[in-house]
Amino acid sequence: MSATAARTPGTPESPRTPSTPDGPGATEPKESARRRRAARPKGARRLDSTALIYLVLVGVVVVSVVLTGIEGRNFFSQGNIWAILTAMSVLGLIAIGQTLVILVGSLDLSVPYVVSLSTLIAAGGMKGLDANVPAAVFNTLVVAAVIGLAMGVLVSVFDVHGFIASLGVGLIVSGYLATNYQGSHGAAAPDLRLMGRSGIASIIPTAFLLLLVAAALVTLVLRYTRLGHHLYAIGGNRDVARMSGVRTALPVISAHVMCSVLVAIAGLLLLSRTGVGSPTIGSQGRYDLLSIAAVVLGGTLLAGGKGSVIGTMGGVAIFAVLDNVMGVMQVNPFLKDFVRGLVIVLAVAVYARRSVVRRPPRFGGTRPVLPGAIAGSTQKGEGA
Amino acid sequence: MSTATSSPTTRPLPLTEGSFLQRVVRGAVTPGGAVFILLAVLFVAVVAVNPSFGEPPQLIRFIGRTAPIVIAAMGQYYVIVSGEFDLSMGAVIATQVVIAGNYIGEDESRVLPAIGLMLLIGVVVGLVNGLGTTLLKVPSFIVTLGTMLALGGLVRFLTGGAATGNPVDTFREIGRGGIQDVPVLEVLPYSVIILVAVAAGSVWLMRSPFGRTLIAAGDNPDAATLAGAHVWWIKTRAFILSSLSATVAGILLVGYAGVHPSVGAGYEFQAITAVVLGGVVLGGGRGWVLSAAAGALALELLFSFLNFQEVESTWRNSVQGLIIILAVAVAARAWSLGRRPSSRPAPPAPPSTPARPGTETGDN
Amino acid sequence: MRHKIHRAPMAVASALLLGVFATSCSTEDPTGSTTGTDESSETSESPDASESPAEEQEWFDQELYDTQFEQRSATFEGDPEEPYLQYIDGEMTDTAEYKANGPMKACFANASISNPWRQTGWITMNQQLKDLQDQGVISEMETRDAGDDDNTQIADIDYFISEGNCDAFIISPNSTAAMTDAVERACETGKPVVVFDRGVQTDCATTFIHPIGGFAWGIDTAEFLIDNLEEGDKVVALRILPGVDVLEQRWAAAEKLFEENGIEAVDYFTGADPTEIKKIITDELGKGEVQGVWMDAGDGAVAAIEAFEDFGADYPVMTGEDEMSFLRKWEETGLTGLAPVYSNFQWRTPLLALQKIFAGEEVPKEWVLPQTPITEDERADYLEANDGMPDGHYAKFGGENLPGYPEVWQERQIP
Repeated sequence: MSATAARTPGTPESPRTPSTPDGPGATEPKESARRRRAARPKGARRLDSTALIYLVLVGVVVVSVVLTGIEGRNFFSQGNIWAILTAMSVLGLIAIGQTLVILVGSLDLSVPYVVSLSTLIAAGGMKGLDANVPAAVFNTLVVAAVIGLAMGVLVSVFDVHGFIASLGVGLIVSGYLATNYQGSHGAAAPDLRLMGRSGIASIIPTAFLLLLVAAALVTLVLRYTRLGHHLYAIGGNRDVARMSGVRTALPVISAHVMCSVLVAIAGLLLLSRTGVGSPTIGSQGRYDLLSIAAVVLGGTLLAGGKGSVIGTMGGVAIFAVLDNVMGVMQVNPFLKDFVRGLVIVLAVAVYARRSVVRRPPRFGGTRPVLPGAIAGSTQKGEGA
Repeated sequence: MSTATSSPTTRPLPLTEGSFLQRVVRGAVTPGGAVFILLAVLFVAVVAVNPSFGEPPQLIRFIGRTAPIVIAAMGQYYVIVSGEFDLSMGAVIATQVVIAGNYIGEDESRVLPAIGLMLLIGVVVGLVNGLGTTLLKVPSFIVTLGTMLALGGLVRFLTGGAATGNPVDTFREIGRGGIQDVPVLEVLPYSVIILVAVAAGSVWLMRSPFGRTLIAAGDNPDAATLAGAHVWWIKTRAFILSSLSATVAGILLVGYAGVHPSVGAGYEFQAITAVVLGGVVLGGGRGWVLSAAAGALALELLFSFLNFQEVESTWRNSVQGLIIILAVAVAARAWSLGRRPSSRPAPPAPPSTPARPGTETGDN
Repeated sequence: MRHKIHRAPMAVASALLLGVFATSCSTEDPTGSTTGTDESSETSESPDASESPAEEQEWFDQELYDTQFEQRSATFEGDPEEPYLQYIDGEMTDTAEYKANGPMKACFANASISNPWRQTGWITMNQQLKDLQDQGVISEMETRDAGDDDNTQIADIDYFISEGNCDAFIISPNSTAAMTDAVERACETGKPVVVFDRGVQTDCATTFIHPIGGFAWGIDTAEFLIDNLEEGDKVVALRILPGVDVLEQRWAAAEKLFEENGIEAVDYFTGADPTEIKKIITDELGKGEVQGVWMDAGDGAVAAIEAFEDFGADYPVMTGEDEMSFLRKWEETGLTGLAPVYSNFQWRTPLLALQKIFAGEEVPKEWVLPQTPITEDERADYLEANDGMPDGHYAKFGGENLPGYPEVWQERQIP
């Protein structure tokens, strides 16, 4: 019952600081904060916005608990927690991929079509047989990686803005889907379907565990590998990164490939639930805009260079809880969109201003800093 | 505000020196110019497939029906050139369409008040978007996504999903009718007149201090602020202009297509695509307003070309995607001419020595 | 030196990932992953192409086609005044075990209310609910709207099963195959399950309510166009979107008939956007004459007609739908037309079926409702009966004897 409540405030800390396991909690010793800053120069500032995101999440949860209670239901009941975590899984994986792409200053609008394509390839390859699972999963991920590669090359080598590159690739894939697949196709292997229903104690779905693992992995990549640091550097300012000796093409391509692979895994999760490949399943979920919204809700700068997977997870959770409580309250479906729109703007407004003003100057603080000027600069996408 | 822009660089940019012809040729190699070449190529291709398309009456009808998206693209241009996005366009159009259907209805006397109301709503939405972006510091992608969801949801909630019916015909004439018996053209649609007026207004606006400051704010908001520009108000005005353009597009669309909940759906992406196709840089600071308009026209020509070519309906998206990517990739190559002249210490490189693609540097 | 620091956490995380897979897919054979690598060098377009033959007729099902062809002229049991209770004689489900004393709670997993057809039906359903609540049959109906998303609807059904305290399930599936498992889970609760509109690939439901179907629509409309056109004439087919079975079946039947009878048909996807429709028709008229227009849903039919007016071309022979906007425009222009019907009154039937089920009365296992197009002769009657309704209203909504008629439909009050 209280599992999520207890975990919610804790989550921002635990996976983020694997090197300093003794520093959880909101009031962190200065020592560990300094150490973290040494590990990654931008860490300290992220604490503020990430903590705020989870404060917003806690607020949303509290309101939801009350509203669910008014409806005569229990927010922390087993079925409800399961529903929320399940709802988080698919969007979460996509949003993690989107985080990578946005961090590096690009964007991925091809997400819905890659999701659909991966369910179709996987289901078509499995044909309902367990023996086909490894090959089908492998093929799915390879195809997704190739699509990501194509977008990455377009963005980095051909200088096409991520918006257009991914929109274009998405359109190409959508045409392929509409031409070659009419309706549902193939069948998921029984094992995969079992995975879609399995979980721990009927509270935590396997899909959610997969999401946590993916989040942990990507966080590690971002924080502790050269690739991760380069992603931040390029997203912050591609020209400066290049002049500083970073090969800009490879990280951009890697981000897109990783994003597409994560999206394909999300597709596999969807397949484990629906049992058949579907050419429209990705568009149905509006995953392109929702994932971007979740990423920004999670405190990642749309222009790139700043953000975290932990924040994104918070953003995804806010969406999931919101949708859950509106479902329980039987809100008019049209009004749901109204509330979603309002919450997105208000939630981001809560911390957008503050985290931006606290942003330290990029090079040692010698440059004269006007708060207004810095705030303005964050609004600007560093275009290709 | 005009003092902020009254300190031009002493060295002219490459695009502003030389004879007119030289400038045109140089301009054509920039993305903003290349779109006109693309437009010409597509036009020739369409006429080759379907010769009757080139006849003035058909052509003017085509321009008339593309007026809404062209106007929307020009509205989107203001926002993009200032470094922001406006995703709320489709929802604004849908709202205006519903107002037209439900408020005007069959009552002719309400046409003028309705237009006033629609423009007012356009201003309010733009103001909300602009202030949310500039004062609340929420990224415009999110603010306008929020307005898109909120506005769309609210309108459908209030109307039960669909408007009552089409508004009175006199109102629809704006988007559907035209001046009859014009020589050569047969008919001159009102939408074309509105389009020309909007385009002329846009060109004038972008040459005014506001336009210059807008581009400056999009190129480098820090510098613009330090130079004394009120960036927040400049950007807010860009959002208002965008919403107003969407409103005008909505009025034309009600006339052209009638009232339906899906009118305006996807317009924001169409408009952004058109603007980018027109060589305007996402992130702000670069691009010409008429290139954005040309981008929208090119996109519409492309759709018509696909229709005339009888490309299998399911493949059309793919062809569209391919062409967008190609056009922008080619344009990005062409950027080497006018790319970021301000960031270079030396005078801008002459066109004969294009900057090397970014991937070749950065060897460590 | 840095690299060494990096690897340890990565290894831990990789082990975690493997662990998750191992617990969930216990029979996963790691050696199998070495096969099937041949596709890695290809572009995204080519893989799987061999596995999914791009057959044009994938939606065409001769058996179903024949069945629906027959059902068009079948006799329906029950009072023609109450078409929402009529059915074709067939296998019945015994529901004595569900007989209830006192009002019961229904749980409704709705696909969406994202188009005028579903909105009209949803209004009717709610008025039917009020009626049954007054009669003491149903205590309340809890509704979850999936917003056109399979994944959401699966979650909705699971939520109902675990949290809803439902006495019966009503499910309007968002898609056929994907919803099958979830519907089966609902059946496993032992409570009555009513499925309507689109079907699922299981017959566990107590009753599956639907009008005759998409093939019948395609046959009715194509035959009408064929009768009123000549061989070699051109028909523009306006389709909403690909991949939805009820819509695809309409086109599959029509396309086959057009082909057999020498009608030249070009199809377009419009997303039901009137702007798109008008552009397509205008471009087609620019290419040459168009004699007929076929639609897989009447949404936006008016725009298609207006395109002919604006171009100055003769009106086409046309099939729309029983949406008021089309009926009105049809009458105004006097064109040769037909309004096929995908019986909107079916939205009443699920609750009425529950009434029967809770009374222990048997219900048809597959409840096939009548689906009769509105012809020119009947048009005036329907226009009169639905006077004052908004354009997005459907003539055969079948709610004339429900509380709130006609204001609720006129004002489109959606709960």
